[in-house]
Amino acid sequence: MTTIPSTSAPVRRDKSRIRVRNTVLTILTYLIAIAFLFPLVWMFLAAFKTEAEAFASPPVFAFTPILENFKNALPSYFPALKNSLVAAVGSTLLAFALGLPAAFALAVYPTRRAQGTLTWMLSTKMMPAVGVIVPLFLLFRNLHLLDTLPGLILMYTTMNLPLVVWMMHSYMTEIPFAIYEAAKVDGASVAQEFFGIALPLSTPGMAATALLAVIFAWNEVFFAVNLTSSDAAPLSVFISSFKTSMGLFWAQMSAAAALTVLPVLIFGWVAQRQLVRGLSFGAVK
Amino acid sequence: MTTAVRPTTTTASPPAPKRGLRLTPAALIWPAMLYLILTTQVPFFMTVYYSFFNYNLVIPDNRPFIGFGNYATLLTNPQNLQVVLNTVILAGGTLILTLFIGGAMAMLLNRNFPGRGLLRTLMISSFLVMPIVTAVVWKNMLLNPVFGFFSWLVASLGGQPVDWLAQYPMASVIAMITWEWTPFAMLILLTGLQSLPDDQLEAARLDGASPMQEFRHIVMPHWTQAIQVVVLMETIALLQVYGEIYGSTSGGPGLATTNLPYFIYQKAFAEYNIGLASAAGVITVILTNILAVYLLRMINRTNQSNKGG
Repeated sequence: MTTIPSTSAPVRRDKSRIRVRNTVLTILTYLIAIAFLFPLVWMFLAAFKTEAEAFASPPVFAFTPILENFKNALPSYFPALKNSLVAAVGSTLLAFALGLPAAFALAVYPTRRAQGTLTWMLSTKMMPAVGVIVPLFLLFRNLHLLDTLPGLILMYTTMNLPLVVWMMHSYMTEIPFAIYEAAKVDGASVAQEFFGIALPLSTPGMAATALLAVIFAWNEVFFAVNLTSSDAAPLSVFISSFKTSMGLFWAQMSAAAALTVLPVLIFGWVAQRQLVRGLSFGAVK
Repeated sequence: MTTAVRPTTTTASPPAPKRGLRLTPAALIWPAMLYLILTTQVPFFMTVYYSFFNYNLVIPDNRPFIGFGNYATLLTNPQNLQVVLNTVILAGGTLILTLFIGGAMAMLLNRNFPGRGLLRTLMISSFLVMPIVTAVVWKNMLLNPVFGFFSWLVASLGGQPVDWLAQYPMASVIAMITWEWTPFAMLILLTGLQSLPDDQLEAARLDGASPMQEFRHIVMPHWTQAIQVVVLMETIALLQVYGEIYGSTSGGPGLATTNLPYFIYQKAFAEYNIGLASAAGVITVILTNILAVYLLRMINRTNQSNKGG
């Protein structure tokens, strides 16, 4: 009986020690997160400063926010925004048009060859862009596709097609097979299975996949820099024009960058769970 | 009904159902296959072809066949070995840092505390930022020797202001890309941790396992797969880093931060040396694909085990 008080005291001390440890770890987590967010916060803050405040040293933390930078950045921002939107949405649509039927066929009619096809499609994603850029550049030049949106859409489709096939394949295999079998018994054609069952039942997957494809196309730099110059230049090329500004227009640059990053941030936060699936090609769920 | 049918089948009349089923899936797969073949495989073989010629766009009509001459030039010039070394240091250094920081952050976020969901969401932000924005913002606003935030931070702590990109170019670039890729590692590793069943940990604790033993024998084996995914996905992506370098150092000073993709860009689009750029492209593809083989094997294995379970 005498053991009871002697054991309960250390247990209580243990508990309070664990609580202290937990609090310390939580504070540490917050500190690391703040450190990681700082560059972005600093950029967003600068977007609302005057140019003088933006590159004042020591840095200015308290200031009256202004909207002038956004007003100044907008005229050159809009054409690039239009190009980014068209390239991202256009390539996503094209990748869906090509990828959805393939994903459906590979999911609903799996054969030994289907697995190989799927793997091969993923392997095209392993192809560094630098391994194909030279012939593509020469080809685009001859076909007058350089600095055009169709040209950019074609390349972004290549980039997103394996993603669409893989993600949609994984969503479509989750549809209970019995539904297809029931439809088949009723005499449904392949097209009816595709439009009547597979597509409606994988709508959430399609939304997640589309978000990811748009994000990847939106953020792409290599093809944008090498295949466009002015007419079709998307936001990535527009922002890179600030790389030589040598600190002259930090506030305006921050405003343009903020406008460029914000839509993707919001998309990414929303699609966070699906992000893991898309980024690891389903290897980690 | 016929209005809904897309023109994917070449046979107009409805054939016997069984034959239709056997024909149509292939017809559904081929457009995607063909597209990828035309935009990846064909250009790659053209790259291989160009790599055997002394081909410069400035003199497009005269391109003599030189066999492995471009490869010999690439592999014997010590400057180019520097570029290969840079590529490896950049990818390897960033990978190690993101694994450790991302892993630590994943463990910290795998606990219950107020604001956890919000922090998790906010932490992925830097991965979503366009690489060129990262480069431009870091270069101008953080790493600038006079007005940059980091220089002020160092100065206010009593140190000397530093011209980061000039004095420590590779370290600066690695820091920048680590900032970008840590959320990726964190996200995948956190998902890996969360799929660890609680009862396994509890059983280990009941058996009197110390936290270290618990980590080594329960957490690590379960984590291996997520770690593999991070290693391989990041390696492939980091070997291809371009936008960050293009936007910040332009490969400099000198060759200090030139990696293979940036080198190929310079050879092809600044010097118009198509032959040499192609050879470097082929080498990059070979390097990447050695790693890709491992990745594909692993993911196939996972897919099969997922189907089994």
